[in-house]
Amino acid sequence: MADKKPPKEPKEKKVRKEKKEKNKKEDVAEKVVKKPRKHCSRNPVLARGIGRYSRSAMYSRRAMYKRKYAAPKTRIERKKKEKVPATISKPVGGDKNGGTRVVKIRKMPRYYPTEDVPRKLLSHGKKPFSQHVRRLRSSITPGTVLIMLTGRHRGKRVVFLKQLASGLLLVTGPLTINRVPLRRTHQKFVIATSTRVNLAGVKIPSHLTDAYFKKKRLRKPRHQEGEIFDTEKEKYEITEQRKADQKTVDSQILPQIKKIPQLRGYLRSVFSLSNGVYPHKLVF
Amino acid sequence: MVFKCYVEIGGVAYISFGPHASKLVAIVDVIDQNRALVDGPCSGVRRQAMPFKCMQLTDFLLKFPHSPHQKYVWAAWEKENINTKWKATRRAKKIEARERKAKMTDFDHYKVMQAKKMRNRIVKHEVKKLQKASTQKGSPKKGAAQKAQTANVFAKKIPLKKAEGQKASGQKAPAK
Repeated sequence: MADKKPPKEPKEKKVRKEKKEKNKKEDVAEKVVKKPRKHCSRNPVLARGIGRYSRSAMYSRRAMYKRKYAAPKTRIERKKKEKVPATISKPVGGDKNGGTRVVKIRKMPRYYPTEDVPRKLLSHGKKPFSQHVRRLRSSITPGTVLIMLTGRHRGKRVVFLKQLASGLLLVTGPLTINRVPLRRTHQKFVIATSTRVNLAGVKIPSHLTDAYFKKKRLRKPRHQEGEIFDTEKEKYEITEQRKADQKTVDSQILPQIKKIPQLRGYLRSVFSLSNGVYPHKLVF
Repeated sequence: MVFKCYVEIGGVAYISFGPHASKLVAIVDVIDQNRALVDGPCSGVRRQAMPFKCMQLTDFLLKFPHSPHQKYVWAAWEKENINTKWKATRRAKKIEARERKAKMTDFDHYKVMQAKKMRNRIVKHEVKKLQKASTQKGSPKKGAAQKAQTANVFAKKIPLKKAEGQKASGQKAPAK
C-alpha cells in the first residue's frame, strides 16, 4: 500500500500528472486516507473454505497492524443523547432577594382532560355562509351571454360580468338594450350560452358588491297602527349612484357588443320554447 | 314495393348507425343473409363483417371481383373518386345540413330567424306588388304569373342571403 502514496518528485511527463499533483497537495495539506485499490485475496484457496494462511498470518500479510480504525459508533451509542439538565437554578428577586431556587425545566401538566382526543362538536366542519366555497360553472366566464330563467326578466339575454363574493352572478343587460340593469342573479337559474362578448379591457367598479345590491328595508315599525306601511319603502327609487354605475359599465360594454354583428338584436330578443323545440336537444 | 337497389359486390354503402356511423363503405363479400364483409380503406373503416341493417345502399358501384385485397378496393375507390362524388350528392349535403342544424347555437337560431324574416318580407313585398299590378290589369292569369315571379325573386334573393350569416345560408340551400 506504500506504493499508493505518490512520489515526492513531480513526474510531469506522465499522463497522470494532474492527478499526482493533486495528490501531492492533498498530502501536504493533511494526511488523507485515499480509497485504496482493491487487492486480490492474499490468502490463496487450498480447498473451498480453507485458506493457506492462518488468522494471525493473515493479520500480518494484510498489514492490519498499520490499519487501526476506530470502532464505528454503535446504534445504542448513537441513540444515547446528551443528558439535558432536568432543573435549573434561578436567582430569587423581589421580597426574598438573594439566594437561588431550583426550578424544574419540564413541569408536570396542570390539567388532565377526561378524553384523550376530545370529541368533535356537532358543528364541526359546518361553516357559516360567508365562508362557503363558491363554485362557478366552467361554461360561465366574463362576457358570456346568459339567458335568465326566473324573475321579472325571464327569457332575457344578458351579459355576465363577474361572480360576487356571495356566489351570485353580477349581470347587466346592458340597460339600453334590454332594460336589465346591473343586477344579481343566481347561477342555477340561468342558461349559459356559448356566445361571448370580449370584456378584456372592461373595468367593473370595485364598490359593486353584495352589500351594494342588497335590498334595503326599514326595520323600525313604530307601533302606530295607521302609519306602519307608509314609513317603509313602498316604491323602489333608482338612486343616482346606480345610474352612474350603470353608465360607466355599459359604456365600456356597448362598443364590444357593436363589434359582433347582430349581437345587439340578439340581446334585445327574448328566449322562448315553441313546438318541436326540446331543451335537451338544444345546443346553447 | 319492388326493390330498386340490390346488394352487389362493389356496392358502396352509407353506414347509418353504429360505431362507424356516417361513413362510406364498399361491400366486398356477402357472408350470409344478414351480414356482409365490408371494407372502407378511404373512409377509415377496417375490413369487417357488418349487418345489412346498418347499411344504406348508395348508387355508386365499384368494379372489383368478390373478396379482393384491400389495396384493390382502395384502387377502385380512388379511381371512381367516390369521396368527392359522394360529397357532391344531394343526399350527403342534406345529411351535412342536418348535422349543422343540430349544432346551431342559440345565437345562430336568432340569426337564421332574422334571415328568414327578411327573406319572407322581401318575397311578400314582391307578391303584393304583383297582386296590385294584376288587380289593376284585371287578368285571370295573375296566379300563375305571380308564382313564376316569386320563384325568380327567390332565386335572386338567396345569393344575397349567402353573404349574411354563415350557418343561416347553409340551412337555406338544402331546405329549398
